[in-house]
Amino acid sequence: MTTHTQHAEQLSTTTLLRFATAGSVDDGKSTLVGRLLHDSKSVLTDQLEAVEHASRSRGQEAPDLALLTDGLRAEREQGITIDVAYRYFATPRRRFILADTPGHVQYTRNMVTGASTAELAVVLVDARNGVVEQTRRHAAVAALLRVPHVVLAVNKMDLVDYAEPVFAAIAEEFTAYAASLGVPEITAIPISALAGDNVVEPSAHMDWYGGPTVLEHLETVPVSHDLTACHARFPVQYVIRPQTAEHPDYRGYAGQIAAGAFRVGEAVTVLPSGRTSTIAGIDALGESVDIAWAPQSVTIRLADDIDISRGDLIAPAADAPAVTQDVEATVCHVADQPLSVGQRVLLKHTTRTVKAIVKDIPSRLTLDDLSQHPAPGQLVANDIGRVVVRTAEPLALDAYADSRRTGSFLLIDPADGTTLTAGMAGASFAAAAEPGAAAADDAEWDF
Amino acid sequence: MTTVATMSEGTDNPYALSHLDSLESEAVHIFREVAGEFERPVILFSGGKDSIVMLHLALKAFAPAPVPFTLLHVDTGHNFPEVLEYRDRTVARHGLRLHVASVQEYIDAGKLRERPDGTRNPLQTVPLTEAIQQHRFDAVFGGGRRDEEKARAKERVFSLRDEFSQWDPRRQRPELWQLYNGRHAPGEHVRVFPISNWTELDVWQYIARESIELPQIYFAHEREVFNRNGMWLTAGDWGGPKDHESVETRQVRYRTVGDMSCTGAVDSDATTLDAVITEIAASRLTERGATRADDKMSEAAMEDRKREGYF
Repeated sequence: MTTHTQHAEQLSTTTLLRFATAGSVDDGKSTLVGRLLHDSKSVLTDQLEAVEHASRSRGQEAPDLALLTDGLRAEREQGITIDVAYRYFATPRRRFILADTPGHVQYTRNMVTGASTAELAVVLVDARNGVVEQTRRHAAVAALLRVPHVVLAVNKMDLVDYAEPVFAAIAEEFTAYAASLGVPEITAIPISALAGDNVVEPSAHMDWYGGPTVLEHLETVPVSHDLTACHARFPVQYVIRPQTAEHPDYRGYAGQIAAGAFRVGEAVTVLPSGRTSTIAGIDALGESVDIAWAPQSVTIRLADDIDISRGDLIAPAADAPAVTQDVEATVCHVADQPLSVGQRVLLKHTTRTVKAIVKDIPSRLTLDDLSQHPAPGQLVANDIGRVVVRTAEPLALDAYADSRRTGSFLLIDPADGTTLTAGMAGASFAAAAEPGAAAADDAEWDF
Repeated sequence: MTTVATMSEGTDNPYALSHLDSLESEAVHIFREVAGEFERPVILFSGGKDSIVMLHLALKAFAPAPVPFTLLHVDTGHNFPEVLEYRDRTVARHGLRLHVASVQEYIDAGKLRERPDGTRNPLQTVPLTEAIQQHRFDAVFGGGRRDEEKARAKERVFSLRDEFSQWDPRRQRPELWQLYNGRHAPGEHVRVFPISNWTELDVWQYIARESIELPQIYFAHEREVFNRNGMWLTAGDWGGPKDHESVETRQVRYRTVGDMSCTGAVDSDATTLDAVITEIAASRLTERGATRADDKMSEAAMEDRKREGYF
């Protein structure tokens, strides 16, 4: 349905959607990804030929579309996906960046990586098996990472006679479960990735389904947020001071707006110092503008010459975050070396990196049965848990629930630079769940 | 009828960025992160379209101040004269400083040996990595895009390299949110790919939108070429054609610019940016599949070269 022969100007007005896929090993994730790429004509002839050639040399009769996405020698040899890969495809309405994440239990960190930048997550379920442990795990990670939109793709509908009750039961169970975790928007779509039902083309086998296909939904889901509801945040990346004859007095604070919008004339506070000024000008990559919003990269000039450097945060004077040296967070441990109580680490938050110490690890979540394990002492690879960290300098930190960008941080090993842990500041995510949500009894995690 | 959630039709939010604005904003953020965190960054600049776009983004990221990076070109000795001319003119126009690492000098000094097939692209790795060590560059910007090749699809925006410049895909750091971890030990460096998330079409659309000048070989022109392994190579002193290969004049253009010995031209009558974009949008071949011999050597050719220190 999507040809690429659109005029250039038409294509350049399209928006960009970043999304991630999650699914167990045999749920048909590769087939779904392959079909999205193939039917959007993003698999080109030479790539297909390479796949066909490689498949034949392995003795396979049909081209193995997984070879399109398994880019490393070790992945092709072992037939598994080791690491996140990024895929690109486009329709006339939108361009897509797909974080293709491995489905194995032991690769939770990869799903966290893929979901961290995603605005939408597709969770695959096999219609024959329904909601299983791995589905709950994926829903939990999507909720934890605050992915704004979740699609439940109930796959292999062809193997359950395209029966509506099968789909309805799975959709209802998943929706209740995910809503209890605080997932804000869930769209359930019955598909057969193999047969092509409701992936790109509407299914001829499921008259009872009146919703969008997967691609239609991806094309129309909103990608920008309500700016009036966001706390405006601007982490200073770099100070631009040309000191040239042409610009002797120019002093601009370069950065990418992390959340909300900034306007010329607005009163602002600079954290952590707490100094105040007003915005004298905003330069949006060569153009002077009156207003700029996330995620634009801009340069802000202030009316007063105050001491500001990389790592500071500019926020509206009326809506500045509190600064703190005590960080409580839910984390996903992403390194092979463990994280222990008492460990000295570096904490990278927006453009600021500070020394820190792990004061406590109150709990660890057992992903298999979603039970909590108190005081585990340490976290190992792929563990999700709660940590308490004390920093050497104050941070202007938001709750991750309020801002993914200014509520997230990394813990880094100061000895070798390894990224240890992905952190999400604030109360445990389940606490934000709708109290009225059904079937929440077993989901009140307080880890 | 059992749609669980409703679909939102209205996506004409005035605060939605176009895809080019999103990609530009992300790339500028990456340039500024490197400027803020590293001591001695350098931009690999070949005069090809990807590095031209990178330089354009860097100019915008730090305006009205100058780009706070030097440039590095690994000259294979078989580069297109039009591209070298463009390179030098661009460097002069923006008052930049250019380092050149020369493959020819390495061959002349006996430190590298010409390959039997005459291809010099794989020979670039040694001069590149030695230039990085010699100048103690700690961050090296490359124009690599993840859509180019399957091993590239696995590449991080910040890619840590050891003291031998090696890439180990199993030891890559997870890259979370926009929090790029550039920590590295002395002797190690980080390869940085600001346009990782761009596709070939994005690059061309951006060039058109920003009216960026390109070397003329990107547009259709008459050229003396000969066919080798299914590719139209430019005839010249570098080593072609051989006896059994015959030269003909064809209307061609280049989709990618590299060493003359392994970069093929495509038949084309696209003489303008709009025509090039239309042609690319309709093409059924990838950029590298169509025109790069070095990637056809084996299924893992790119991965193997990246492991050795290539971009």
